[in-house]
Amino acid sequence: MEWFKKAKEGLISQRRKDIPDGIWVKCDSCGEIIYRKELEKDLWVCPKCDYHFRIKSKDYMNLILDSGELVEFDENLEATDPLEFKDSKKYPDRIKESQRKTNLNDAIVTGIGKINGKEISFAVMDFGFIGGSMGSVVGEKVARAIERALERRIPLVIISSSGGARMQEGILSLMQMAKTSALLARLYDHKIPFVSVLTNPTTAGVMASYASLGDVIIAEPKALLGFAGPRVIQQTIKQDLPPGFQSSEFFLEHGFLDLISHRQDLKKNISLIVEYLS
Amino acid sequence: MNGPILDFEKPIYELEKRINDLKELADHQEDDSLEGLELTREIAALEQKLDRLAQEIYSKLTRWQRVQLARHPRRPCTLDFISLMCTDFVELHGDRGFADDKAMVGGFAKMDGKPVMVVGQQKGKDTKQKLYRNFGMTHPEGYRKALRLMQLASRFNKPVVVLVDTPGAFPGIGAEERGQAEAIARNLREMTRLEVPVIINIIGEGASGGALGIGVGDRVFMLENAWYSVISPEGCAAILWRDSAKAPEAAEALKLSAPDLMRLKVIDQIIPEPNGGAHRDPKAQAQILKREILSALNELEQLKPHELIDQRIAKFRVMGEYVERGRE
Ligand SMILES: [Zn+2]
Repeated sequence: MEWFKKAKEGLISQRRKDIPDGIWVKCDSCGEIIYRKELEKDLWVCPKCDYHFRIKSKDYMNLILDSGELVEFDENLEATDPLEFKDSKKYPDRIKESQRKTNLNDAIVTGIGKINGKEISFAVMDFGFIGGSMGSVVGEKVARAIERALERRIPLVIISSSGGARMQEGILSLMQMAKTSALLARLYDHKIPFVSVLTNPTTAGVMASYASLGDVIIAEPKALLGFAGPRVIQQTIKQDLPPGFQSSEFFLEHGFLDLISHRQDLKKNISLIVEYLS
Repeated sequence: MNGPILDFEKPIYELEKRINDLKELADHQEDDSLEGLELTREIAALEQKLDRLAQEIYSKLTRWQRVQLARHPRRPCTLDFISLMCTDFVELHGDRGFADDKAMVGGFAKMDGKPVMVVGQQKGKDTKQKLYRNFGMTHPEGYRKALRLMQLASRFNKPVVVLVDTPGAFPGIGAEERGQAEAIARNLREMTRLEVPVIINIIGEGASGGALGIGVGDRVFMLENAWYSVISPEGCAAILWRDSAKAPEAAEALKLSAPDLMRLKVIDQIIPEPNGGAHRDPKAQAQILKREILSALNELEQLKPHELIDQRIAKFRVMGEYVERGRE
């Protein structure tokens, strides 16, 4: 399993902000103290409770694509500041800071890669870039990834991780939902397969557009999935939320997922689905 | 006038009251008496002043004042527009799967004799109606009901008129259990595929995915004082400043007014409101909107279904702003 080894190397070589440095790492879910080397070997999945730690877009490329190789497209797309939005920071400063921190231009990486020898149009979001939020750049890159799948008649695979539409671009962020979904209508009519993979978390504007429109929808275990954020729901209905609410398992139970896939099986599952839909 | 009055509307209502009082007084005077003539002159002067005052106030509304007008307790809502613009409305119910969402209404109707399908969120005005309509906050079954009706219209070649007015899709346990995100996403894709003209009208509040969930069409019209954004001003303020009382600042930051959306190329046309807002003359407002809808339908009905769909996709395809730097 060449890809598996490569994936592990990819993961080892990276340091992640949301995972503390040190020899030992505490599991966010069960609190288990885990030897860091062991976690890396297990693709950042807790050996005790199967909690899937958040990993970077680069890690997913290594995990899913043959030799971790992606011919990247549209990497030079960058956000503007159409609203001249300012809160504690100016929006352009927030972008620059995220670019420095993540070494990405925005919250998604797109291109063409291979999965077990089969060419796919691939897109992977990165939560590290302003919470994986979707502004005009993410919307445009997803739109172009859909168009590449259409032009080349190859399957589309999108790995999502996003808190939703990007507030700083206001209505234009909202319109990216319509833009991507409108192009997916075209993909749908041309019978080109689309596999949507949901990772922790995928919510709001992204969940209410392309992430929910896969011919097959796969989620990693125990991811937070949903439309509204749990805090907003709690404040609205003024009661406690049931345990496991808005998890992958909850979504599967209510009929909105095709399957939950352990990170170790993710490549195999995507590859099989793509094969069946071809 | 009954019902609440917004702060910035007060000078107008006060002046109107003075004019009405004087008119009543004038009614008890002989027309050609000295007092009567003087009263008539004074009334005329005050009416001129009222016109100027209304012009002055309503020509430079802040974004937050527009939000308040969009939420005005007497603002005409979806069912008002349907009854003022249409005849022979036959309301149709249910999503054929789970329930009939009272926050979403729809059915066939005639506009100047032309059969159309009208769908939209209904907010409700008094407390009882608001509760019955869940404040216009739709559940997944509401989006599915809307889609069912729009697809019905598409199959039987009737154009679709959508009236958007919602403070947001409902955030609740049942809504998540029944797939709020899936329902909205599916609508975005399936509205793209409708084979008949679709006119979207933002008549009041257009809050985020809850509004967009019935917001994909060939023309997007927006009433002058409606608002439409990715998040409500209160939600934005809560995130940015942990204080929803800062909603007025958030409304400014979000650029959510009709003129803003025109500049950002998200809407096609601003529908003017009667002086002082839609609530000051709902009948006139409905006539203005109806005229624009019918004129757009006339244009769009020249197109074949695949042309409509191609143009609809192209319309949304170009939305957004970004830069593409030269490759190093
Ligand atoms: Zn654990």
